[in-house]
Amino acid sequence: MSCCAPGAEMALDVANAMAAPPSSDEIKLASRSLGGDIHQTELSVPTVHCAACIRAIETALARVENVELARVNLSTKRVSVRWHGNEVPPLFATLDRLGYRAHLFDPETQERDKTFFELIRAVAVAGFAAANIMLLSVSVWSGAEGATRDLFHWLSALIAIPALVFAGGIYFRSAANALRHGRMNMDVPIAVGVSLAYAMSLYETINHGKHAYFDASVSLLFFLLIGRTLDHVMRERARTAVNGLARLASRGAVVLRDDSSRDYLPVGDIEPGMRLLIAAGERIPVDGDVLSGDSDLDCSIVSGESAPRAVSAGMHLQAGTLNLTGPLTMQATAAAKDSFLAEMVRLMEAAEGGRSQYRKIADRVSALYAPVVHVGALATFLGWMAATGDWHRAMTVAIAVLIITCPCALGLAVPIVQVVAARRLFEAGVMVKDGSAMERLAAIDTAVFDKTGTLTMGRPRLVNASSIDPALLATAAKMAAHSRHPYSKALAIYEGSSSQPKFDAVREEPGFGIEALTGKDVWRLGRHGWAGWKAEPRLEDTSGASDGTGLSKNGMIVARFAFEDAPRQDAKAALEELKRAGVPVEMLSGDTTKACGEVARTLGIVNFVPALLPSGKVEWIETLTHAGHKVLMVGDGLNDTPALGAAHVSMAPATAADIGRKAADFVFLRDSLLAVPLALDISRRAGRLIRQNIAIAIVYNALAVPIAILGYVTPLIAAVAMSASSLIVIANAMRLQGVKGAREATAVRRRATVVEAARS
Amino acid sequence: MTMLVYLIPAALFLGALGLSGFLWALRSGQYEDLDGAAERILIEPDQRDNEGRQSI
Repeated sequence: MSCCAPGAEMALDVANAMAAPPSSDEIKLASRSLGGDIHQTELSVPTVHCAACIRAIETALARVENVELARVNLSTKRVSVRWHGNEVPPLFATLDRLGYRAHLFDPETQERDKTFFELIRAVAVAGFAAANIMLLSVSVWSGAEGATRDLFHWLSALIAIPALVFAGGIYFRSAANALRHGRMNMDVPIAVGVSLAYAMSLYETINHGKHAYFDASVSLLFFLLIGRTLDHVMRERARTAVNGLARLASRGAVVLRDDSSRDYLPVGDIEPGMRLLIAAGERIPVDGDVLSGDSDLDCSIVSGESAPRAVSAGMHLQAGTLNLTGPLTMQATAAAKDSFLAEMVRLMEAAEGGRSQYRKIADRVSALYAPVVHVGALATFLGWMAATGDWHRAMTVAIAVLIITCPCALGLAVPIVQVVAARRLFEAGVMVKDGSAMERLAAIDTAVFDKTGTLTMGRPRLVNASSIDPALLATAAKMAAHSRHPYSKALAIYEGSSSQPKFDAVREEPGFGIEALTGKDVWRLGRHGWAGWKAEPRLEDTSGASDGTGLSKNGMIVARFAFEDAPRQDAKAALEELKRAGVPVEMLSGDTTKACGEVARTLGIVNFVPALLPSGKVEWIETLTHAGHKVLMVGDGLNDTPALGAAHVSMAPATAADIGRKAADFVFLRDSLLAVPLALDISRRAGRLIRQNIAIAIVYNALAVPIAILGYVTPLIAAVAMSASSLIVIANAMRLQGVKGAREATAVRRRATVVEAARS
Repeated sequence: MTMLVYLIPAALFLGALGLSGFLWALRSGQYEDLDGAAERILIEPDQRDNEGRQSI
């Protein structure tokens, strides 16, 4: 293993640790055919991060039979593998041996980013044009006259054309789109300003005029495009990072036909009545009933229940739950489009109405700004007409007003701050899906958390370890290592080096527990009633004993284990920080009152509502919204998804259900819940800087507009004023980068992980 | 002023050359994996064939 042991950063194997790697049928389904029998599979490997990783992965995969080419993309943390033949090469096993956890990446989500290409091309063309025109303009300003000046103006006009087509086109389209829908956005004044400046300069050039504003119109486009491109890059990076997370919903399932042949079908093709085989470690693809088999189900992501549920023949299964211990045969009762998951999507879409009404700060400002500026320019024109009667002079001054007020600084004021803020959050492992999400987060006054998987890890922890005989605990741990049941996983970490019995045979009884034989002793670890089949009544009649977990030797209970869902790292600190920031915290959960009460007590939460259905969560949030609150919803489960859509702004951990991650505005990749107060803090700072920037832009206009109205603006003054105001706005946004504290903490922790990794 | 006749076309031509070079690099996917390109310089070159693929 290389120096950079995976897991140093952004280790996301929390939820996936329980799930089995995808079957070769599933890999085939997610691969893209390149013609012939050549396929390309995209894998997401979040822990690859240096040259040694690249080399290890590429060398190892290239050695696998049938693999033609393996190429790592470090920026997107992806590996694309090209292979041929009918058999899927053992890609996951190979990566697993190297210590990299991989998951499949869907081919449809990795289309090439057209918008990014268009933006970069526009920036390049605008930059080329701006530099050359500025060169010619400087010669004009420094005294070129007569035919030479005309020549320079004509050249500038020519060079500006491609910039207007490639770079200006982006703004013209957006402005036209906004106007068609009767709205106003920042692109409207930009488009009007740029095109009028060009038109007037062309008129001046034809008439051998002195002043041409080609440089102003093109450098304006260049500056604004830089802001827009950075904004796009940031959001795209967040989107790729979120898309690269393991997919939790199943892609397909093995269908058992009547003639007992087996087919692997995509989820969309599964129809009610089909019989499906679900192996341990797979998710239930559609709603259905168990025909045969016993197992335990992890429902935490679906209903918020933290304790696994035992299932046996005849019981109902909800789509999205994870089958933990034994294989099941089930009969589908609903197609995927009518399953629980689809119902959640419908609920979410219904709840999303409230959020779409939010209007971005930039749009609100421009709705006021554009009419004022355009009316001002018109008034200037009329004023000069009345005063001098020279329509050419009046037109020139009016257009100079439009150019000088062209919202260069205003157009950059919002995106540049959001780019810097998103970058800060990205470094802290928080992905921002949308710039307006930060504006909305800054405005919240209530935070609502889901319990299982959000405030807690959704993973049980043994709480009475100290009261158990260490030898028995070590035995139990050794047995537990054979199962993927969450309780077993919690026990398995207690495996000690003390002398333990050697097991002759170990087998798992799905839905009940694990049985091990040492000589003639029978050990059982699992459900209380099953483990202690000869248990004394004294133990049996204590309340709740029958559903507890115990270890038995020859049928007699020798140890009992109590589990609780461990709170997420820093959960308490994060909630306290939120309260200090003036945001009261509430907890909504689908879990029982008892489980919620315990978590609420540990974390110091006063308000909580247990046993809520998904629609109940939405109603709760809507009630809060109607009472005038702006609600932040933090949740991970499928049952939280509608609530994520209903809230003013939403966050989800990386371990959340797929549609939850898609619905949330923020996704945090690290375990710590401190991401929530950090995002709030940065969003509030960003909000302050945005308002400052807008104020700066307005002050600049207040100074420049009178000069323009009086007719003193020359192209030189316009160029200097516009560049200066843009630079001030950018410099102000950079102050967010300078905020220390959080940054240093990250650096210290990173160093600690490196030291740790070096030791191991 | 006669030198403008060839100086300006020369300047514009060189600028356009740079621009088209950039657009070509963009189109041929050289900006797809900037982090990877930076790290790959550390991998021993003699283990790669001329297509940039790892030889076994």
